[in-house]
Amino acid sequence: MSTLLQVSGLKKQFGGVKATDDVNIEVIKGELHAIIGPNGAGKTTLISQLSGAVRPDSGSIIFKGRNITNRPAHTRAKLGITRSFQITSLIMSMSVLDNVALAVQAHDGHSFKLFKPARKVTHLRENALKTLQQVGLENRADEPASALSHGEHRQLELAIALASSAEMMLLDEPMAGLGPEESTTMINFLKTLKGQKTILLIEHDMDAVFALADRISVLVYGKIIATGKPDEIRANDDVRHAYLGEE
Amino acid sequence: MNIIGKITIAGMLILAIVPPVLLLSGQAFYMDLATRLVILGIGAVSLNLILGFGGMVSFGHAAFIGLGAYAVGIPAYHATYGEFEMVASYNGLFHIALAVGFSALFALFTGAISLRTKGVYFIMITMAFGQMAYYFFLSLDVYGGDDGLTIDVRSELPLINLDSPMQLYGLSYVSLLIAMLLVNRIVNSRFGMVLQGTKGNAERMATLGYNTYYYQLLAYVISGAMCGYAGFLLGNFTTFISPDMMHWTRSGELMFMVILGGASTALGPILGSSLFILLEEILSSFTIYWHLPFGLLLILVVLFIRGGLMGLFKSKSGELK
Repeated sequence: MSTLLQVSGLKKQFGGVKATDDVNIEVIKGELHAIIGPNGAGKTTLISQLSGAVRPDSGSIIFKGRNITNRPAHTRAKLGITRSFQITSLIMSMSVLDNVALAVQAHDGHSFKLFKPARKVTHLRENALKTLQQVGLENRADEPASALSHGEHRQLELAIALASSAEMMLLDEPMAGLGPEESTTMINFLKTLKGQKTILLIEHDMDAVFALADRISVLVYGKIIATGKPDEIRANDDVRHAYLGEE
Repeated sequence: MNIIGKITIAGMLILAIVPPVLLLSGQAFYMDLATRLVILGIGAVSLNLILGFGGMVSFGHAAFIGLGAYAVGIPAYHATYGEFEMVASYNGLFHIALAVGFSALFALFTGAISLRTKGVYFIMITMAFGQMAYYFFLSLDVYGGDDGLTIDVRSELPLINLDSPMQLYGLSYVSLLIAMLLVNRIVNSRFGMVLQGTKGNAERMATLGYNTYYYQLLAYVISGAMCGYAGFLLGNFTTFISPDMMHWTRSGELMFMVILGGASTALGPILGSSLFILLEEILSSFTIYWHLPFGLLLILVVLFIRGGLMGLFKSKSGELK
């Protein structure tokens, strides 16, 4: 078992709020590591620092043995980290397929080709379509992204993260706003990804987290108060007090 | 073919046939109008590449037109009156190389700085660079300063005589067609997809691994070079150039054309430049305050027709994109 991502002493302060307060996390290659915590615990801020959208005040992020603490988002993506967004972040004016094809193209290395029509580059289109089939959106491929429902947007977010063929996926509440049925579909789909990808999952849905995670870290007011297997977290008194409440 | 494609072809056919017919029937004045609108159309098409497809609202694009025009005027001036032998020439190909080359360089330099900013700041900084070019030529007394410079001899090109209104129009029209095809190719290429994606959602593009800065910069340089070429044509058309061609209000007019006609469509900028030239002609025959009704019209278009005049056809054809 080797460490893929090592976060040490990470700190980020917004004014008087310590959003990330000395966070240490180790993500092992191939595991699905969930981060749970009450609202405002700093989960999205943490993901944003890992993806490169927000710079930490101090601490270090080591990915595959490289220090990426000060690397911009696009460099981290090239190294193999991708993220999905809690608030859907798509290119709404483009078609569903184009959205995914751009993710495939990002790792294809020919994005400065100026004249050949992009929609005729078969391997990009085929790979994008394959990924859409995985999440079950292939029938909507030619629709503009703006025409999709909220649940489909969440699926498309995931398809884009998958298509970038990154080793590590940071998933920021993929179940946010989904109905019970859609959530079940999403959970089942994430199960199929287990083992293939290293996933850092932020999620509010406790059923989902305990069904999916290999390990769980609990973030409260910017601090990690516990890390362990689902059973250990369930049994942990600190976690019960801080987060799960008395049962 | 969809309705937009048909309208585009119809519009371009009208431009190919009507002005030459009018000229042959003795209406030289309309040929003048048509030539101006086609040349400004190239400028608008170039601006559309970055504004419509790239989401970069450049408020200094007239600087490139001016640079292109001076790339004709200055060599021709020295060829007539001596001095500065290095550039003295009537050779049109040399003028084009200068116009495109200097515009591309100016775009590279100003774009590299401007693109570090976003939104309103980008608009302001491109306008500031445009005004810098304006004041630079204003202060060049050798070339007339604010009085401008008359081009005594038009650029000499192989096979084409620019003194003939018909041939000048022919060259401008073909150039416009090529510019439109070029922009169409570029925006549908892999590069163009990145450019449009960046317009749609820059954060998403960075997360995918694209360093969006370089894509935007290259688009900016291509657009500037294309607009510089339009300046070469405009200089040969008016045979009089002045810093006024670069004034920020001229950049504003180019933006009007793109937005009025419909940004991020092929024909939009041409429709916009046509309407601009026609309205300027008609309204200014009634009143010297013609900018007022023109401005009101623009406000109406922006408020009530999404996507400019081309947006009218789109909503009719029921297309979403």
